[in-house]
Amino acid sequence: MTAARPAETATANPAEATAEATAEATAEATAATPAATPAGTVARPAATVPAARPGHAPPPPRRVLMKGNEAMAEAAIQAGCDAYFGYPITPQAELLEWMARRMPEEGRVFLQAESELGAINMAYGAAATGARVLVSSSSPGISLMAEAMSYMAAAEVPVVLINVMRGGPGLGSIGPSQSDYLQAVKGHGHGDYRTPVLAPSSINEAVTIVADAFELAERYRTPVVILVDGILGQAMEPVEAGFRTPERASADWVLSGADGRPPRVVKSLHLLPEALERHNLHLQAKFVEIAAREVRWAGEHLDDAELVIVAYGTAARVARTAVARARAKGLAAGLFRPISLWPFPSAALADLAGRVRGFLAVELSAGQMVEDVRLAVSGRRPVAFEGRMGGMVPTPAEVVAALRALDAEAREGGR
Amino acid sequence: MSVEQAPQPRVVFERPELLADRTTTYCPGCGHGVVHRLVAEVLGELGLGPRTIAVAPVGCAVFAYDFLLIDFVEAPHGRAPALATGIRRVRPDAFVLTYQGDGDLAAIGTAEIVHAAGRGEVITAVFVNNGIYGMTGGQMAPTTLLGQRSTSSPGGREAGLHGLPLPMTEMLAVLPGVAFAARGSVADAAAIGRTKAYLRKAAETQLARRGFSIVEILSNCPVGWGMTPLESIQRLRDVVTKAYPPGVIVDRTKPELPASPAGRASAEPASAEPAER
Repeated sequence: MTAARPAETATANPAEATAEATAEATAEATAATPAATPAGTVARPAATVPAARPGHAPPPPRRVLMKGNEAMAEAAIQAGCDAYFGYPITPQAELLEWMARRMPEEGRVFLQAESELGAINMAYGAAATGARVLVSSSSPGISLMAEAMSYMAAAEVPVVLINVMRGGPGLGSIGPSQSDYLQAVKGHGHGDYRTPVLAPSSINEAVTIVADAFELAERYRTPVVILVDGILGQAMEPVEAGFRTPERASADWVLSGADGRPPRVVKSLHLLPEALERHNLHLQAKFVEIAAREVRWAGEHLDDAELVIVAYGTAARVARTAVARARAKGLAAGLFRPISLWPFPSAALADLAGRVRGFLAVELSAGQMVEDVRLAVSGRRPVAFEGRMGGMVPTPAEVVAALRALDAEAREGGR
Repeated sequence: MSVEQAPQPRVVFERPELLADRTTTYCPGCGHGVVHRLVAEVLGELGLGPRTIAVAPVGCAVFAYDFLLIDFVEAPHGRAPALATGIRRVRPDAFVLTYQGDGDLAAIGTAEIVHAAGRGEVITAVFVNNGIYGMTGGQMAPTTLLGQRSTSSPGGREAGLHGLPLPMTEMLAVLPGVAFAARGSVADAAAIGRTKAYLRKAAETQLARRGFSIVEILSNCPVGWGMTPLESIQRLRDVVTKAYPPGVIVDRTKPELPASPAGRASAEPASAEPAER
């Protein structure tokens, strides 16, 4: 393992709740360091990072210990990100700092904006000219970006936005949270629109998803959101996925100056109701296509599961441990992990509802994704919820207790 | 038999190439048409049409892209300078222009314009100040004059109640990143000629990568002001230009003046750190 930081300095973090879990989960937990790891204390020369070059076979996978924020930043650079615009906010600041150092090294654009409004609108301008653009922030900053997200969705401008979620509402806390699910999945801003939302549950997966997000954004001409909680931003884990540079989609709409062609306009204003409805129908057709083609999820122990935990991100890591503990105690539990939160894997969950006894949604929130689980299950099976808020993380013991309660409820309902 | 040669007609006035051949949708007497024409003339004369990327505001002038034959992106209200910054940073060869009204630039977009100017972004802002929110029905703007009636200051603007008018271009001009700032108007032919010269100077400032440039253009809004077009022009000339004096407000384009905030061609490399760290 190519770890720049000695493994013995690693200490416990919430993911260490996986101590009794499977060998795989245990390996992950011991590789992780606490959320409080100070930035900049670990030397990670860029040369140790495997780089993918377009037209070349990717280098063989190497394991590199990286902080989530920094791994996502480097993944974006290796994915061909031309420009990054950001504004400091905890717990995503290391992402901005990594870009501040690395983007100029690559001869690309880094700019710290005057606000999140500034950052996302700089991204809008740059992306309207065909640049591959990344923006990142955390919950309160994302609220400020909601305006431009609506504009870019309407004007069909591809941008990747990473939200490293912290506790809310309001200024909240800097602890990890998943309480921006509804904001991300149901639309950040005003109007009828959706944006694809991808939710990795490990730093390794986050690296893969960054490249995928750029690809989706350009293929469908849409903003794409990567939704992670503060733990995934702050923790360190081995990264071995290797980086990827997606091909650039052909873009006959980008602004480059009307040189030898008619002028182009990237806009969202359609004053005539007939025209705006036509535009909306066009957008909705695109969302239908995305919903049909871009659903992602992963399952564990689903083949014989009677009770299924539905969880994403860090909550899925806790859930994995809980599933192992429950199975050790004779409870046939499984894990269903949505990776695309929009489009939500509703059909797969509906299928499961035909052969399991109940579902338990686990989130770092008051219960947001659980609404989509209930819609998918459609009253056919009980759907329970277990969650903590404000930066607190449910423990595997709490999740197992919730599974037992669900088990009892399902048996009760079965009589 | 000899046929007398007909004299060739001499063109004294024609539509600029970059101005679309279509009927205006602005209100009768509105100054935006004149400003659009000036922008089209200056871009055309400097040969900039094929490499201009412009940013349209929210407000009446959002429709600039219906009349100017250049690439446009439409910004959220007030954010045009941020979009222009993004365009400038990834398109070094583009000519980058924002076209903004006074609600857009002087109210909701103050942070964006101040920081774009402060960074010395190599962009040009065309700031059309008619002292009113025209599109939404004639409400008070930050630039509305004291005593001026609007639909949201029906008794006239009062300093104690509504605050004082904001001299936006003078405020921006104190920033070292602003290479050229001037104020013109569309009050009469002579003023329009001077305004065109300011626009040309602002464009040349950008082409020379000297920093941020802005031209405020005092304009009229007959409908929002509750006047006939002629009355509105008289008010523009007799009242508005007294409160906001036209002229060059700052010119830092002389080469001997100190450089150079971010983005200028003359800027030293930002990092003086050794190559190996």
